[in-house]
Amino acid sequence: MTIDTVQTPATAAPAEFDARVEGQRLMKEWYGGLELAGERGQPVANVFVMGNAIEILRCFDFQLVFPEINSLQTGVRKVSEEYLRLSEDYGMSPDVCSYVKADVGLILKEQKHPAGLIPKADIAIASNMCSTFIKWAEIWERMLKTPTFVLDLPGQRAANWEVRPGDAQHAADARWVEAQFRDLIERCERITGRRFRMERLAEVQSEVNRMVGHWNNVMALNRNCPAPYNAMLDGLTYIGIMNVYRGTAEGADFMARLEEQLRAQVARGEGKVAGEKFRLLFSGTPCYVSMRRLVELFESWGGVFAYSDYLTFAAGGMDAGDLVYDTSRPLESLAEVTALAAQRGLSNQFFAHERLAQNVRDYDVDGIVFHGIKSCRFVSSGMADTRDYLNKRLKIPSLYIESDLIDPRYWSDAQIKNRVDAFFESLNQRGGPAPHAGRAAAVPLASEASIGGEA
Amino acid sequence: MAQGIQEDGETALVEILERCNALRLAPPPADDALPAGYSGTLGHFPVYFPEEIAHAAGLLPVHVLGGGNKLELKYADAHMGSFVCSICRSTAELGLNGTLQPLTGFVTHPICDAAKHLAGIWSRNLPEQLAQILYLPQNVNTPGAVRFIAAEYQRLRGELERKTGRPIADESLRASLRIYNRNRRLLRELYAIRRDEPWKLSCTESYLLLRARTRIPCEQHNEMLEAALPAIRARRRAAQDKPRVVFVGGFCEQPPLEMLETIDDTCYVVDDDLLIGMRWFTADVPETGEPMWALAESFVERSAASPVQHDERKTKEGYLMEMLRTSGADAAIVTAAKFCEPGLDEQVAWSKHLDHEGVQYLILEFEEKMTSFEQMAMQLETFAESLLFSIA
Repeated sequence: MTIDTVQTPATAAPAEFDARVEGQRLMKEWYGGLELAGERGQPVANVFVMGNAIEILRCFDFQLVFPEINSLQTGVRKVSEEYLRLSEDYGMSPDVCSYVKADVGLILKEQKHPAGLIPKADIAIASNMCSTFIKWAEIWERMLKTPTFVLDLPGQRAANWEVRPGDAQHAADARWVEAQFRDLIERCERITGRRFRMERLAEVQSEVNRMVGHWNNVMALNRNCPAPYNAMLDGLTYIGIMNVYRGTAEGADFMARLEEQLRAQVARGEGKVAGEKFRLLFSGTPCYVSMRRLVELFESWGGVFAYSDYLTFAAGGMDAGDLVYDTSRPLESLAEVTALAAQRGLSNQFFAHERLAQNVRDYDVDGIVFHGIKSCRFVSSGMADTRDYLNKRLKIPSLYIESDLIDPRYWSDAQIKNRVDAFFESLNQRGGPAPHAGRAAAVPLASEASIGGEA
Repeated sequence: MAQGIQEDGETALVEILERCNALRLAPPPADDALPAGYSGTLGHFPVYFPEEIAHAAGLLPVHVLGGGNKLELKYADAHMGSFVCSICRSTAELGLNGTLQPLTGFVTHPICDAAKHLAGIWSRNLPEQLAQILYLPQNVNTPGAVRFIAAEYQRLRGELERKTGRPIADESLRASLRIYNRNRRLLRELYAIRRDEPWKLSCTESYLLLRARTRIPCEQHNEMLEAALPAIRARRRAAQDKPRVVFVGGFCEQPPLEMLETIDDTCYVVDDDLLIGMRWFTADVPETGEPMWALAESFVERSAASPVQHDERKTKEGYLMEMLRTSGADAAIVTAAKFCEPGLDEQVAWSKHLDHEGVQYLILEFEEKMTSFEQMAMQLETFAESLLFSIA
């Protein structure tokens, strides 16, 4: 696919497709499915957004519970504090992950979530991509007697780490991941009483390939000026679908329609933010209790988040380049792609300066907003140092703000607004944004835009 | 005469302990101060690191254990958030202020996310050093784990060979295994004294003796322990009326020495997880066969436990109860370092389980940089009195 194909979508998107409404419908349907799992006799699995073996679980018809999404939904629905306080009364420290605490609160409330009753899992898959996942799963082992499988994914070992499909390091890592998948399959067979079918895995992978192809294009379309969507608002809906519906026809269809709609927007020159003045990169996780407010603070200055690393690592790292399953050898390919995604899209968080420097160029951003989260060491521990490094090396303006994922007690509106305002004033003093009229739109890399794309 | 020998032994032991304390406070040795046979130093972060590989490469393995309570942070505040644990922040400080500048390399592990970020901070600020994450697996239960670990050790071996320009022969690795196996046996003896005759060796003294290996070659540490152990056994100290306790929570960030002394004042600590990575193997590593495989297999089959290592065969509650049982302890001191997510999570699990089992315990939160221990001393006194009353 060339630049032209991305920028020449002649067809208008079907008027009836509204990504937000459709996304909400799908999420509601998913929560409805969770409530019915027991009645349907469906097995249930707890999974995380990073390193989750969803492809294998779908072969056994598991209903998938995403505890991170459950927790963030308590924030979106403004009830997180109730869950957090319950867990703190139980003994959880104020200094640990608020997602974990909201989930402990959920257990203490006997799985009653504002979106419905969350079923207890028959198995939990916890990867090592975020170390807290493992501690979280151990809590389920204790409190709910949930059997846990830890999926150990060898991550990026050092800076300037280059691993290519088929090289010796990748082969060694993929072999280890494949061994674990075989172990997991045996466990799933024991739990569900069902036989694993390789053909079913290939079918699921085909849907993932289709979805990821469109997803890559969706991400790439935001390299255009103006950006057709806000990565930290609309993008959050998109990755919700990427996670919950990965490996399904509905998920792939959603992403196809979304891509089509965004292409039409780009063709019409429609940006998400009217009069887009500043293109920004958001690094970190959102504050779900004040998500709209946070975005509003930036949009009011004409700032749009063209990209966020959250869309990469919180969607399994699947956009991290050339991740296509070879359905003629499903299990081997699953292991190979999983090992690559772990290194290119997840654990590279620990060497974030490399990826962010590339993202700054790809999305042609005017500044980076770092959002430090007190309770999330995965995104936050190296953030200040990364910022310092990029400031010195790239001279790129940046802003550092702090709050929490879902704990409203850490959101300080006046303080954050002051910092955001000061950031934009400094951007303006630097001469304002680059003039868009004469600036070539940031464009997707051909290799990324073409994967699985239908246009 | 016997009295004189005993006094000589005690004098020698005091001297050894003073040396250990000086080593505790010392930075890693500079390259020109290294013993013969060593060309540089390899820093590694807790919990476990296969020191034998560095040792065989002619690199002195030095534990990077933060800055204790004597270090003032000047640079780290601008590089790591205030919500990150003290050991990670002070380790970053030691890198940024030049103290750890002479290291040949620095290796960290997937024990927690803050620890993994140290490799990134190192690569950005000390690019001349070899900065690595050694991916020790969190799944040691799937067949294939040993093979993966052995491959990861071979990778590290290659990195060290490239960095030093010196090949690491299998025979050198076997020689290192033998030296470290000797060390493991001596440390097991040290802990046996703590268990069997705790009045002869306090937790603080034992900790100092253990920690000395973080700054000197293992062979020197063996000599030190060989000199210390007979002197400890020869001590004529009367047992005091103190409860026997197990201490947990010292697997990564180190409690200040004054905190251990405060605990020693009221309790006999008959087992602990302080620097558990230095005692990670519960038995000797096979000295024959392929050395990397032997190390990898030992990691899976003959290892201790910690809150930052998942192993289906060892629940966290299970290994704490095992520590209590094998050491004959009456109670537990369950600590966690401030802002240490795994430690704080485990503290909840342990306390709930001890409640369930009817085992008495004391919860303490610490920071390596803390300097005031009066309140802790009062808590410990109350705890010890209540224990003595209940077990009388």
